[in-house]
Amino acid sequence: MEKKRMRLFGTTKDVEMQFDSFLDTLSDGAISFRAGVTTYLETGSGHSDFAGKQQQIIDLEHKGDELRRLIEHQLYTLALIPDFRGDVLSMLEDLDALLNVMKENMVSIGTEAPNFPKEWHSDVHQLAEDVGSAVESAVLASRAFLRDVQSVRDHLHKVMFYEKEADKHADKLKRAIFASALPLAEKSHLRRFVDKIDQIADQAEDVADWLSIYTIKRSD
Amino acid sequence: MDLTIFLYLSSGLFLGWSLGANDAANVFGTAVASRMIKFRTAAIIITVGVIIGAVISGAGAAHTLSKLGAINALGGAFMAAFAAAAVVAWLTVLGLPVSTTQAIVGAIIGWNFFTGSATDFTVFKTICATWVLSPLLTCIFSYVIYLGVMKVLTRSKIHIIRQDAWTRMALLVAGVLGSYSLGANNIGNVMGVFIGANPFKDLDLGLFDFSGLQQLFLLGGVAISVGVFTYAKKVMLTVGSEIAPLTPVGAFVVVIATSLVLLLFASEDLEFALASMGLPTIPLVPVSSSQAVVGGVIGIGLIKNARNIKWGVVGRITWAWVQTPIVSALVCYVFLFVLQNVFGQTVYNPVEYRLSKQVLARHAEKMDVTKLDVLSDKAFPSSGKLKSAIDAALPDIDYKAELKLIDDALVEGITVDPAKFKDLEKMQVLDSEQLDALKKLSGKTFTYRWQLVQALADGTPRWQLKDKTVLNKPYNKEIQKSLDIVMDTYTPKMK
Repeated sequence: MEKKRMRLFGTTKDVEMQFDSFLDTLSDGAISFRAGVTTYLETGSGHSDFAGKQQQIIDLEHKGDELRRLIEHQLYTLALIPDFRGDVLSMLEDLDALLNVMKENMVSIGTEAPNFPKEWHSDVHQLAEDVGSAVESAVLASRAFLRDVQSVRDHLHKVMFYEKEADKHADKLKRAIFASALPLAEKSHLRRFVDKIDQIADQAEDVADWLSIYTIKRSD
Repeated sequence: MDLTIFLYLSSGLFLGWSLGANDAANVFGTAVASRMIKFRTAAIIITVGVIIGAVISGAGAAHTLSKLGAINALGGAFMAAFAAAAVVAWLTVLGLPVSTTQAIVGAIIGWNFFTGSATDFTVFKTICATWVLSPLLTCIFSYVIYLGVMKVLTRSKIHIIRQDAWTRMALLVAGVLGSYSLGANNIGNVMGVFIGANPFKDLDLGLFDFSGLQQLFLLGGVAISVGVFTYAKKVMLTVGSEIAPLTPVGAFVVVIATSLVLLLFASEDLEFALASMGLPTIPLVPVSSSQAVVGGVIGIGLIKNARNIKWGVVGRITWAWVQTPIVSALVCYVFLFVLQNVFGQTVYNPVEYRLSKQVLARHAEKMDVTKLDVLSDKAFPSSGKLKSAIDAALPDIDYKAELKLIDDALVEGITVDPAKFKDLEKMQVLDSEQLDALKKLSGKTFTYRWQLVQALADGTPRWQLKDKTVLNKPYNKEIQKSLDIVMDTYTPKMK
C-alpha cells in the first residue's frame, strides 16, 4: 500500500515535470529561433554558427514531440484530469505545432537562403523578436493555465500585443520589398519568408484564443 | 437444519442486492460520474469496505436489530424485506437514488395494516422532514464549501496534475470510509431480522472464531457487493452527471458536504461530545445519505449555473422519494395477502394485548385511566383493535402516550430460564451486577416486558435508566441495548 501511494505521487511529480520540460523546450525553441534568424542575417546559411542554431531547433522539435507523446500517453493511460484532459491535450498539440513551424522556418531559411538586403535586416530581426516574444508569452499563459489560472489573461494580452507588432513589421517589410527594384521572383521569395515568419505569431495568437476559452471553462 | 430458512433468507439477500445497487451511489456516485475513479475500482473498494464493515460491526454484541424486528413472524419479515427490495430494485432500474430505510419503514407499515397493528404515524412526519432537510442542508453546505475550496485552490496555485492527484486520493479515502459505514450501518437492515433464525453455526478457524452471526452478515455483505457490481452504475451516473455536470473538485465537495451534514445533524456522539464540553448542541434532525447527496449536487450546480441543473431529473428523483414508502407499503400489503391466502404461510403470529390493572396504574399519571376501566383485563388480538377501543373510551388521549400504553399492554409471558444464563455470560455484554440481578429472578415469569425491566431495575442501579438528558444518552443507550439482548434471549424467537 505504502509503495503504491509512493508510486501514485511519484507519477504525479513525473507528469508535472514533463509538462514543465515541454514548456521549457518550447521557450528554448523561441529563443533559438530568434538567435537563428539573427545568426543567419549576420553570417548567412552556409556558416557553421547558423548550422548549429538550425540543428539546435531541430533537436528541440524532436524533444518537444517526444515529451508531448509521453504526456499524452500518461494522461490517457492514468486517466488524469478527466474534466480538462481534452483541453490540455489540444493545448499541447497547438504548442507543439508552434515548435514545428519554427523548425520548418529555420530549415527553409537554411535551404532557400532568402537574400534580405542589409537595410532591412533590422526589420527582419525585429519581426523575429516579436514572433519569439509572442511564442514565449503563449508559453507563459500555458504555464499559468496549469498552475495559476487567474493570471492567464495577463499573458494572453501580451500574445495579442506581440502578434500585432509582428503584423506591423511584416507589413512594413512587405511594402519595402515590393517598393524596391528587386526582380519580381526575388520579391515573391522574400515576401514568402516574411509571411512564413509572421505566421508563427498568428499561430501563437490561435493558441492564446483557445487558451482563453479553456480558462473560462476552468474558472467556471 | 430447516432448509426453508434459506428461502426466507433469499429476500434479505435480495434486499442486500437492491441496497448495494442503489446506495453505492451515495459513496462513489460523484467520483465515478466525474470519471475520477473507474467504476470497477469503486466497486472493488465498496465490496471490500462493505464486507469488512458488515462482519466487524456484526461482531459487536451491541448491534441493534433491524427495524424489521417489529414483525413477529418470519414469513411476514420475508415479505416485508421482499417488498422493500422490489421497490428499491425497480427504482434502481430506473436509475433513481432512494432511501432503502424508507422503503423498509413503508413495508413495515404495510405489514401493520395487514395485521391490524397500530402504526406510529409520526414516522411519516419524520420521513417527510428527511425529504426536505437532507437535500436542503447538504445543498447549503456544498455551496459554501465549494466556494471556500475554490478560493483556496486558486490562491494555492497547485499544478493541475497535482490537484487532480489530491482530489482523487481524497475521493478514494472518503469512498473507503463511506463503504465501511455503508456495510456497518445497513447490514442490520438487510440481515438483522434473520438473526433469530440464523442457520449458521460458530466456526473455530484456529486463529480466530468465525461466529454464526458473522457468517450471516458476511452473506449479507456479499449480497450488497453483488448489487454494487451488477447494477450500481446507473444510479451513480444519475447522481453524478444527470442532475448537473460535476467537476472532480465538485464531486469531492459533495461527498464532504454529505458526510458533514450526517455528522453534524445526525451524530449522537457529536451531540454528547459538545454537551460534555458544556457547549450548545446542534439539534438532531432526520437525514438520509441518499437524499443528502442529491442536495449536494444541486448546491454545486447552483454555483456553476442554475440553468445547468436538470430540474426534470430532480423532479423525478423527488417523486421517487415520495413513492418509496407508499408503494412499499402497498406492495407489502398485497404480497402478504398472497403469501397468506395463496401459499398458506404464517405472516404474523397471534398476539394478545391486555390492559391489566398494573398497566393502567403504570400510566395513571399521564392520562385519565379511570375512563379506561371498561377495557380492563379484556383481551385484544391486535394493537389496532386495542387502539380503536382506547380511542373510543378516551378520545382526547395524547397520541404518543397512547402508543406507549399499547406497547406496555402486549402480553409476552417471559420466564427467566436459568439455562440461558450461560449464553448471556458468553456474550460478555452484561456486567456481573447486571447478571446477578437477572439470576435473582431465575424461574420467575413476567406477563409484560416492562415488568421484567422494572424487576431488573429494582435489583441493581446498573439496570436503571437515568434522566433523559443529552449527557445521559450514551449510558441509557447502553442499558437499553443490554435490555434488548436479555429480551431477545427470553422472548420466543420469530417463527
